[in-house]
Amino acid sequence: MEATWKKHLRKETLPLPFCPGCGHGILLGAILRAIDASGIDIKDMLFVSGIGCAGWIPSPHIKADTMHVTHGRPIAFATGAKLFNPRLKVMVVSGDGDLASIGGNHLIHAARRDIDMVVVCANNEIYGMTGGQVSPTTGLGVKTTTTLAGNVEPPLDLCRLVEAAGASYVARSTVFHLEHLIGILKKALGHKGFSFIDALSPCPVQYGRRNLYASPAEQLKDLEKRCVPLEKARSMTQEVLKGRIVIGEFVCRGEH
Amino acid sequence: MARTFTEGSKAVAETVKLCRPNVIAAYPITPQTHISEELAQMVANGELKAEYVTVESEFAAASVVLGASATGARSYTATSSQGLLLMTEVLFNISGMRLPVVMTCANRAISSPINIWNDQQDSISVRDAGWVQLYAEDIQEASDLHLQAFRIAEHPEVLLPVMVCMDGFILTHAYEPVDLIEQKEADAFLPPYQPQYYLTPKNPITFGAMMGPESYMEARCQLDRALCGSTRIVEEVAKEFKKRFGRFQGALVDTYCIEGAEIVLVAMGSVISTIKEAIDLLRKEGVKVGLLKVRCFRPFPREAIKEALVGAREVLAIDRAFSPGSGGVLATEIRASLQDVKKAPEIKGHIAGLGGREISVETIINIVKDRKSVGIEDRFVDLKEALLK
Repeated sequence: MEATWKKHLRKETLPLPFCPGCGHGILLGAILRAIDASGIDIKDMLFVSGIGCAGWIPSPHIKADTMHVTHGRPIAFATGAKLFNPRLKVMVVSGDGDLASIGGNHLIHAARRDIDMVVVCANNEIYGMTGGQVSPTTGLGVKTTTTLAGNVEPPLDLCRLVEAAGASYVARSTVFHLEHLIGILKKALGHKGFSFIDALSPCPVQYGRRNLYASPAEQLKDLEKRCVPLEKARSMTQEVLKGRIVIGEFVCRGEH
Repeated sequence: MARTFTEGSKAVAETVKLCRPNVIAAYPITPQTHISEELAQMVANGELKAEYVTVESEFAAASVVLGASATGARSYTATSSQGLLLMTEVLFNISGMRLPVVMTCANRAISSPINIWNDQQDSISVRDAGWVQLYAEDIQEASDLHLQAFRIAEHPEVLLPVMVCMDGFILTHAYEPVDLIEQKEADAFLPPYQPQYYLTPKNPITFGAMMGPESYMEARCQLDRALCGSTRIVEEVAKEFKKRFGRFQGALVDTYCIEGAEIVLVAMGSVISTIKEAIDLLRKEGVKVGLLKVRCFRPFPREAIKEALVGAREVLAIDRAFSPGSGGVLATEIRASLQDVKKAPEIKGHIAGLGGREISVETIINIVKDRKSVGIEDRFVDLKEALLK
């Protein structure tokens, strides 16, 4: 029997366009599983996505209202839709380049307003679709097509950013930690206010091969190794946490 | 001079390197990315001594080169499509502040629907931004135009930004034999930028100050005069380039088989090469057809166009962009240019090749053969009627 969450896919748009080993397909599965488990009628949902690989996670694959908009602006478009139709359950799914770089301003201000929507950042720490350029979440020393000698600019911690801006639900997970990821997505869907989920998703083609990962599986394992649960991280020093990814729930405030 | 077989983007990056830019800012967008990646590599290798910054958006890229240029730096950026539109506000500021920035626009269609393939709607949509716009026919020209672009932009009588437009993918991603200039020759052609006005604490000045109804119009008029006057500089620079390097692919315009031509095709960009092939075939059939290539679209070279088209019976304009509600942009401009010509040729507009739809030699031959069926309205070429229902 087919898994129930698969009914939310537009079968005619499959297979997914992602490269072999890309985490975005896992993330799409996690989003649909969370929706399915939450009992939300997908007809009440609107998915908005921007430009880049992550823009293709909902559009055109999810069988619901989806809107594929200009680079960096999905949160602003989603705000407009939500204002006129507050009953809509709005989810933005986009990449780190889209949400944190070109659209960073919209991210900050939507968090400040604590507007009721779920923003999922499919964070692959690189611009994948355009050919592997450095993004605002690329780690120090990482090689990309525009940082050939290794990135010299420190990455942006998106969870801390939106927390400071006023988001009322903030969490981070990865596509390796699937159950955890589904759990926080469910929580975000049930939360009233601005929910932000930083979902780490490896990019083997643009990131992995330039940074000498032997295979997508090895890159995924390394992603797991880099992760530290928030509870554990609390007792660790900043020095020890350098280059590590803290996963867990950072902010959980107000109505659920 | 060394001949090499290379990709369009790489040839452009190599030429930009020869121009010794001080500051480069770029944001990734297909199909421009190979140019900025190449430049990033050159900076990382130490072959190019420039500040290279990977900014957070095209809006930032344009703003960074504006700021750098205002301090007297030779500044360069490259973009495409949505990226160029996002830059629009800054484009007007760069020209308004009379800053000689040079940009490559890898021409690509505009959303929505999302389409990453070639047409020229991006650069055509910012034609009123006060930039010089030059369109390349092939990779050699695209590459050469950058060296010429800095010369034109930095000319004391011009001091305006220049946009070098090259068809995305068709030129950026194709490989052709290209003659690359030696650094020494490039330096002799393009000496270091000597800014007349720039930001320095030694002599504080203000860029972009407010000008009210009493003076704003004069500033705009000055910009227009400088842009119109740049036609002479575009010509001068192309001629000097020819003298030094032996290559000439037109100045404001270029022509092909136009002597005695009854029908003249007019177009811009990579389609020019396709049209030349079509003309060779049509001429063999006895069709008296020629070509006018518009190389400089802004300033619009009215006089050169008039001169080339007087005597023709029919003009067939091919536009790879259009103004919805009005028609082909090139066709419209040509109509305006010829309005005071007695016995002016009949002008027919064709909108073709949008969003990467191929314009083949056959397409051009059909345009020439089917011309009688075109009315006053510009015609969309090769439409799929079934998709319109």
